[in-house]
Amino acid sequence: MSAADMTLAFEINCHFEDGTGCGFPGPTLYSFLFKPIFGDDSGLYFNKTMLLALLGSIVIVGFFWAAFRKPKVVPGKLQMVAEAGYDFVRRGIVYETLGKKEGEKYVPFMVATFFFVWMMNLWSIIPLAQFPVTAVIAYPAGLALVIYVMWMSVTFKRHGFVGGFKNITGYDKSLGPVLPMVMVIEFFSNVLVRPFTHAVRLFANMFAGHTLLLLFTIASWYLLNGIGIAYAGVSFVMVIVMTAFELFIQAVQAYVFVLLACSFLQGALAEHH
Amino acid sequence: MNLLVLAAEEPQNPLVPPIPELVIGLIAFVIVFGFLAKKLLPNINKVLEERREAIEGGIEKAEAAQTEAQSVLEQYKAQLAEARHEAARLRQEALEQGTALKEELRAEGQRQREEIIAAGHAQIAADRKAASQALRQDVGKLATDLAGKLVGESLEDHARQSRTIDRFLSELEEKAEAAR
Repeated sequence: MSAADMTLAFEINCHFEDGTGCGFPGPTLYSFLFKPIFGDDSGLYFNKTMLLALLGSIVIVGFFWAAFRKPKVVPGKLQMVAEAGYDFVRRGIVYETLGKKEGEKYVPFMVATFFFVWMMNLWSIIPLAQFPVTAVIAYPAGLALVIYVMWMSVTFKRHGFVGGFKNITGYDKSLGPVLPMVMVIEFFSNVLVRPFTHAVRLFANMFAGHTLLLLFTIASWYLLNGIGIAYAGVSFVMVIVMTAFELFIQAVQAYVFVLLACSFLQGALAEHH
Repeated sequence: MNLLVLAAEEPQNPLVPPIPELVIGLIAFVIVFGFLAKKLLPNINKVLEERREAIEGGIEKAEAAQTEAQSVLEQYKAQLAEARHEAARLRQEALEQGTALKEELRAEGQRQREEIIAAGHAQIAADRKAASQALRQDVGKLATDLAGKLVGESLEDHARQSRTIDRFLSELEEKAEAAR
């Protein structure tokens, strides 16, 4: 992040003890709202986040198109990298949780979800974009909703209406008198809490990560005056460190998001006792 | 690039998804899912399957080659053993032949030696006989001459002379016989 980018980011030339008396312009919720490129806030609009979402899907499709359009039995470098990514999701997540037989038909969905989420997270540290699409709740919520619908339909298709209900509520006769309480808790957990936390876990991680990056970049700009320069240096080092950390968190969150989706399906496909 | 909203309006709750972004997000995801699920992943699955088959085919081929190599090796070993056996047989035969030949040559040599010895003996006997014949005549003549000179008469008469000599020699031989 250069100083020029930062002036673009908050437009105010405000520095530590510069005599103007301006305070530290910390990141706010406004940092996550973009002026629409066209349209207006009231109805239909198109903003930077949407642009990044569409660009991201083009990047993913482009990458896999280049790698898998004409795949070779003896792979080239690009194909090898793409195969490694594909195999990571297929074997490392789907087969591990659902098994090869049951999991096979969910592989394309999970691969798409993993790379989609990862790409949307990656925008956070890609120069000029520098905003994680998943830090806007709409994107994780959309994915979580799709997974929720899939999970519920698999549950009822597999076990029928009564069996599906038993599956969702964790029905188990051996629990005896606590069974009604367990059923209520499980019902709320599965039907309401899980999809919500599924989306919010990803959203909040990326939201917090972006806030941290903003905080340190704004600080290194704000402190760039007089004695503050030394602290600006420290803050800038933190920007670098947090960027590296974000790179890690982005991959982990994408992994966790897909792993949770698989574990929901695993529960739905499990035989009831 | 000034995309940030700095207007004074209140930002909405960050946990309430704006519908247009929800729609765009789903569209973006469907693009990715569609391409991967319909075209690109089936593509790579086919190739992965081909690769698996190629590897298994390679293993089968290697196994076949190994079996063949094994059989050829056994064949070679059998041939080698046969050749060794043959060589041993030939060597044995040659040895036997050589021994027989040596024996034959030795026998031949022996026979020739004996022949030569026998011939030598015969020659010696003949020579001695001839020598004794000549000696007898010479000794007779000398003795007669000597006796003639001593007696003063000619003992030239052949008949008498012969008889006398023969008698003398016979006496000598008788003496020699007696002495033996």
